[in-house]
Amino acid sequence: MTTALIAEDEPLLADELQSELARLWPDLRVVARAGTGEQAVEQALRLRPDLCFLDIRMPGASGLQAAQCLAEDWPDGAPFPLLVFVTAYDQYAVQAFDAQAVDYLVKPVQPARLERCLRRLRERLAARAATPPPEAALAQLRALLAAAEAPLQPLPPLRIVQAQQGALIHLVPIDEVIYFEAADKYVRVVTAQRELLVRTALRELVARLDPQAFWQVHRGIVVQARYIATALRDDSGKVRLTLRGRPETLVASRLYAQLFRGL
Amino acid sequence: MTTGFRLIPAGEGHALLRRLGLVLAVSLLVGALVWALGRGQASGWRALVAALVYSLSISVLTWAAIDPMRFMLRGLLRAQPPGYWPPPGRAALLCGLGIAAGYVLGTLAGDAWSGRSTLALLQTDQQRFLGVLALSLAVSFGWLTYFLERGRREALQRTARDARLSLLQSQLEPHMLFNTLANLRALIGADPRRAQQMLDHLIGFLRATLAASRNAEHALGEEFDRLRDYLALMQVRMGPRLQVQLDLSAELAAVAVPPLLLQPLVENAIRHGLEPKPQGGRVEVGARAEAGRLLLRVQDTGVGLTRQAAGTSGFGLVQVRERLAVRYGATARLALEAVPHPAGGTLATISLPLDAPAP
Repeated sequence: MTTALIAEDEPLLADELQSELARLWPDLRVVARAGTGEQAVEQALRLRPDLCFLDIRMPGASGLQAAQCLAEDWPDGAPFPLLVFVTAYDQYAVQAFDAQAVDYLVKPVQPARLERCLRRLRERLAARAATPPPEAALAQLRALLAAAEAPLQPLPPLRIVQAQQGALIHLVPIDEVIYFEAADKYVRVVTAQRELLVRTALRELVARLDPQAFWQVHRGIVVQARYIATALRDDSGKVRLTLRGRPETLVASRLYAQLFRGL
Repeated sequence: MTTGFRLIPAGEGHALLRRLGLVLAVSLLVGALVWALGRGQASGWRALVAALVYSLSISVLTWAAIDPMRFMLRGLLRAQPPGYWPPPGRAALLCGLGIAAGYVLGTLAGDAWSGRSTLALLQTDQQRFLGVLALSLAVSFGWLTYFLERGRREALQRTARDARLSLLQSQLEPHMLFNTLANLRALIGADPRRAQQMLDHLIGFLRATLAASRNAEHALGEEFDRLRDYLALMQVRMGPRLQVQLDLSAELAAVAVPPLLLQPLVENAIRHGLEPKPQGGRVEVGARAEAGRLLLRVQDTGVGLTRQAAGTSGFGLVQVRERLAVRYGATARLALEAVPHPAGGTLATISLPLDAPAP
């Protein structure tokens, strides 16, 4: 039996979508409803539904961020769910995509449009490969995330990172940073010699970094490209990175693995 | 940059030509006047033409040295849209130099035409020279005050119009509108009675939005009624995640305020304060009078100021500040502060004079 998850913070709209689904697809079982992006990720990873209807604007993580987490953390060997984004206003130009990999619905959802979406989902469920998420879906997701997270105005580039440690403030030139890693409410700033913590969101830092020099390789990791020594792709589509000047390795998620292709 | 630098910014050329036309017309009148007043010395059509040439060349050159120049040198002069008037010091310098240059060059042009020498006049007939100089300067200053005043008035009208337009835009914010309609659509099937109530609130909200783009003021009681409409719509959408408290005493209900002044603040409280917070929270709106001033307060228990300031909330706040400035000048204030723990959230306060004269 086909299973679905509905992530929608407005209760009436979640009810309505669920009853419309029941009417148009009686065999479909809604196994979970989530009111935040975090809940959606947690329940989807646990229950592994075939379909995820994700409202884009939700409290906590957005539907796009939830999709990003799913694409990165989805277990190997389980078929990746088909994603349908639901939005009241299409500010990210979701419709620019051909809906081959990721579909979308605009609220209020028109029954005819929902029916067409469900027909497509049925066809694609039949043809769905076991794992991992198809590159077409990942490419769409990357484009959507880039559109959603682009700052409204260009921000001044970050040249010196200031990290406070007690009363002492460390100043780290941006060239020396090997990678940034999100850690709860902080970001770890890692150089060849030391690790420091700055209290900010990784997303805010990324907006001020040169995208040619700093590559996002995971939702929580941004690496300075010239410090990446080697990249090794595994079967699940993830890429393991070794670094110059640091002994540890980093993992680039499926979403960003296309950065490493060789020439 | 792919757009390139334009000498005259787009959309300003037309108004510039219109002003030149006005300058031409008035300078011909002034020239005729000078000729009529000075008929004792010289008469005949040659004298009339000479007077017109002097007047025309001084006026047009003075205009050219000031009006198009402030666009062309806008970088140097720090002239900003709308209006493109430089800050006062630079404007005074521009006008002073423009009038001097216009006078000297225009007089030389007139001399060249008529074969006379105004400089020689300085030796032979000082009184007449001073008379001509005074008249030229008086006309220049007349122009200057006229254009400055007009520019200031236009800028003010533009600000007011922009403020109304951006209010309309933010009120009809597509996310709010379509989510509301989606909820309404769901309720029509599930609970027609509540759907009707929701529709009534939506009608009140839309009517107020359209009225606010036309009217300069409405009563504070009306303002609170419209907030109630908006909050009722949001409560249908957010369910128990949104609690609301509105406090308005009867004696303040009749005070006139700009329509939907509080709306962007309440919207910010929900959109940037409560919507991102999984458990939701509470919005309180209150009004009180204190020492001849009206204090309006919008407080939420949302995620707080840092996230809010980082988002697009700046837009709503700028709009409220502009509307306050247009209506009350420097006597009104909007302040935004973080509410300390444990309540958390954000407090926005508007303070304005209770005895402000009607607009």
